Amino acid sequence: MIEFATAYPFWAAVIALLVMCGLFGGLLGFASVKFKVEGNPIVDQINDILPQTQCGQCSYPGCKPYAEAIADGEAINKCPPGGEAGIQALADLLDMEPIPLDAEHGTEEIRTVAYIREDECIGCTKCIQACPVDAILGAAKLMHTVIADECTGCDLCVEPCPVDCIDMLPIEIDLKHWAWDLPATAEANLIATDRNPRVNGEAA
Amino acid sequence: MNTRQKPIQTWDIHGGIHPPENKTQSLGNPIQTAPIPAQLILPLSQSIGAPAEPCVALGDQVFKGQKIADATGFVSVPLHASSSGRVAAIEDRPIAHSSGMSAPCIVIDTDGEDRWGARNPLTEYTAVDRSALVSHIRNAGIAGMGGAGFPTAVKLSPPADKPIATLIINATECEPYITADHALILERAEEILQGIDVLTHLLQPARILIGLEDNKPDAATALNEALSGRPYQVIEFPTKYPSGGEKQLIEILTGKQVPSGGLPADLGIVCQNIGTCYAIKRAVFDGEPLISRITTLTGNALNTLGNVEVLLGTTMQAVLEQHGWQATAKSRLIMGGPMMGFTVLSANVPIVKTTNCLLAPTPSELPSPDMAQACIRCGMCAEACPVSLLPQQMYWYSRAREYEQLEAHNIADCIECGACSYVCPSNIPLVQYYRASKAELRERAEEHVKAEHSRQRFEFRQERLDAAEREKEAKKAARKAAAAKRAAEKDAAATAGGEDNAATAKQVEVEAAVARAKAKKDALSEPASPSSNNEAND
Amino acid sequence: MALLHVTSPHMSRSGDTGSVMRHVLLALVPGIVVMTALFGWGTIVNIIWACLLALAMEAMVMRLRNRPPMFYLRDCSALVTAVLLAIALPPYAPWWLVLVGVGFSILVAKHLYGGMGYNPFNPAMVGYVVLLISFPIEMTQWAAPAGSVPDQAPTLGPLSALGASFPFFSSTPIDAFTMATPLDVFKQNDSLMVEELFASSPQFGSFGGYGWEWVNLAFLLGGGYLLYKRIFTWHAPVSMLAALAVMALMFNDSGSSASGGSPMFHLFTGATMLGAFFIVTDPVSSAVSNIGRLYYGAGIGVLIYLIRSFGNYPDAVAFAVLLMNFAAPLIDHYTQPRTYGHGGQQ
Repeated sequence: MIEFATAYPFWAAVIALLVMCGLFGGLLGFASVKFKVEGNPIVDQINDILPQTQCGQCSYPGCKPYAEAIADGEAINKCPPGGEAGIQALADLLDMEPIPLDAEHGTEEIRTVAYIREDECIGCTKCIQACPVDAILGAAKLMHTVIADECTGCDLCVEPCPVDCIDMLPIEIDLKHWAWDLPATAEANLIATDRNPRVNGEAA
Repeated sequence: MNTRQKPIQTWDIHGGIHPPENKTQSLGNPIQTAPIPAQLILPLSQSIGAPAEPCVALGDQVFKGQKIADATGFVSVPLHASSSGRVAAIEDRPIAHSSGMSAPCIVIDTDGEDRWGARNPLTEYTAVDRSALVSHIRNAGIAGMGGAGFPTAVKLSPPADKPIATLIINATECEPYITADHALILERAEEILQGIDVLTHLLQPARILIGLEDNKPDAATALNEALSGRPYQVIEFPTKYPSGGEKQLIEILTGKQVPSGGLPADLGIVCQNIGTCYAIKRAVFDGEPLISRITTLTGNALNTLGNVEVLLGTTMQAVLEQHGWQATAKSRLIMGGPMMGFTVLSANVPIVKTTNCLLAPTPSELPSPDMAQACIRCGMCAEACPVSLLPQQMYWYSRAREYEQLEAHNIADCIECGACSYVCPSNIPLVQYYRASKAELRERAEEHVKAEHSRQRFEFRQERLDAAEREKEAKKAARKAAAAKRAAEKDAAATAGGEDNAATAKQVEVEAAVARAKAKKDALSEPASPSSNNEAND
Repeated sequence: MALLHVTSPHMSRSGDTGSVMRHVLLALVPGIVVMTALFGWGTIVNIIWACLLALAMEAMVMRLRNRPPMFYLRDCSALVTAVLLAIALPPYAPWWLVLVGVGFSILVAKHLYGGMGYNPFNPAMVGYVVLLISFPIEMTQWAAPAGSVPDQAPTLGPLSALGASFPFFSSTPIDAFTMATPLDVFKQNDSLMVEELFASSPQFGSFGGYGWEWVNLAFLLGGGYLLYKRIFTWHAPVSMLAALAVMALMFNDSGSSASGGSPMFHLFTGATMLGAFFIVTDPVSSAVSNIGRLYYGAGIGVLIYLIRSFGNYPDAVAFAVLLMNFAAPLIDHYTQPRTYGHGGQQ
């Protein structure tokens, strides 16, 4: 064998390389079968990050369809309720650079819950049909009401109401949800304070 | 006869601090009784768990000790009138909470007569069923008096598969300034032990340990003297804050650590505050529900310092005024101790079951915190942390809002004892960072649960709509089939009838209709849009 | 009436970051005194000049960043950096050497990274390494310790020292009497047995470098004071010294010409004790947990020995510290302490 290698160094190298290719290829193939990771399909993982408000602001009819679209390459910045945090999480999951929220689809706002002014409700059921999560209770010609705990604040019920009796009210903080904010110190906004006064100074 | 035994082994906890104790100033006088206030404000929720449900109406006459609100679930306690009078209001009032928010309260205008309602002692508690005894304690409205206010009856109903081997009575009172438990032991040791007797009967533990710090030897002596042969062990251990935390005390006395996210019951341990034992005694032997408690009034902004027995629902303002509180601008009023207590926004809030101390310091006594300097990662906080966390790492991650990292650093195990902030040379309000981050994490978890719920509802609705659509389609198809069948039958009948005239007439009619339709279609396709072209080609 | 609304805890231990730094400065005094006695007033001139520069630069940066300069000067961190750098520089270093060093330490290593608490590398050591690489000749000209050579002129007094550092102030050029450092001599030696070397070279004392033994002992004293005051924990310095001693022991062959030097020689020569108690203990750039600090210190100890024995530079503390600064986040990642209630029940 050594004689062969010294006599035909070129062929020896080629054969050695081929043998190694076969070996390592086999090893990789074996590893991919043996250590296969059964992961969530990517659509489910994306859907898990989306806020499930089903508001359609992304122009898809719900969060799942948008998740499917993202998996097919749609931009990740079309979900205002998810906000920057949601974009960050999606970017982390998909190993992309986070991009700012697409203002065309709305801006990140405080979470609200729908409230029906019940004296004004005429019982048309249009909001019931619009609600993506069946959070409105009522029947034809009878007053409707919103189950606040189920409401995602998508405001899809506001538009169809013929008498405009639905308000989107901000969720009030109750005792159980009250908490101290992060301390606001000069140190906490190291970069921001570095920047702002300078800008002002230059403007002045 | 002193039954003090040889020192029993205790364990040390990681970290801890030794702040100035400031306990002597409130121990000079015996426990006093605060007068009955003109009005009592009783919050429906005074403990962890569901708020109670009022069972009296506006204007009702109530007697002292009468139940005025029912428990609404397993983890909930009822509420009792602290004195006799009339229900003046059932409405939202500001309560003792660091947010300064209001919560539903029952307001009673007292009549000053302090007339008791029916009292039902259960002196022969050994004779009754265990569950009857537990429900007696629950009905007395007893919740943990140490701070968190966990309903006591819940702790006394351990699951059958987790027998209780050790009962620990927490008399540590490790926070500076507070002496409520200390004073209670000095004056009412015998009654406390009677309460422990009840707990012992209920739980049948193998060991009963009463743990206190070695800075109150007189209390240990008082307990030992009152023991009179009971097999309870009074254990003194070196003073160190926060040895009175439930998990910390368990480690000190048993050397075991409560698993993260678990309960002491997982180790076969139940821990009760010594004030709770006293309340149990009053409930079982005297038939008195929990309507008053010992509260330490201390701080240099008061004229007279000491411990008072105060009716629950009395406003802080009323009690403090009697002790000559001089509030100035920028004074703070702290419910609880200086390490874990919280400032209230107004003194016009009621004293509740967990108010073990009202601390009214002068600005020079507890100065306002200095401006925070930069963290130099000196690690003093990690040295002080009783839970072995890395506080400065959690601080950096809190600032950067890196919640995954915070979870990886076990921020959920932080007991917010404040030892890290206490030692921090840069005066960083570390605990506030952790509180904010923990709240954010909680909120995220809640939102995730809600999102999951919404997703299910959305998918369910989608399925329902699809099903309805399918049904509609199916019906339509069925109708169409039926119509076609009918027409076919009719045709067949007509042909069979040999009515040629009718058939011809029909044919003419059909031909005319086809011609009309064609003309219309041609007219439409004239402007020649691509789509209509396609249609035309079809 | 508005009551103050603040978060707990409401008590705080007296003392601030400034007092921590002042303790460190105080602990440096014995070492500085010994160095002055040995090398003359050059060290003091270095320190004063470096401190002035550091304070001015710190104030300037704070002004640029729209921060109250006095509040940030009060934490004395700039002074500590300046003093440590000044001690590490050769006495009678030219004024511009100190200027460049302090400038790099304060402006680049500290403030460009975000200032106090944000710097991943020890600022004083960054400044030192920059100087050592850029100006090797100036950086290796150490004054000869007083009394090391029999007929040596007395060390320079305050004014002459000033003249040596700021030549334009004096009419005649003043030069301190310099010679190679003991670590250098030891490394260059490849013919003499260790005993012969100690006997023949003026650089060596009874167990370490001549005079350097006393400098190191003085810094050890200062370190002991800081340990007693609980300014830092024992973990990093002790593990660094132990690692260095173990390495020296392993490569010490009872004194042949190829010997790496005895543990005593390594512990009490060069910047070992200064490094152990004042550089390695810099909390900002070190590992955070106690276990982590054990690894961190040990890594520095091993690196010091390796660089001293096999590297090209005479002393190695600065390089070793900077290399381990790189590793600190990794060490932190793997040495998170076990939280209460998490696994491993006793």
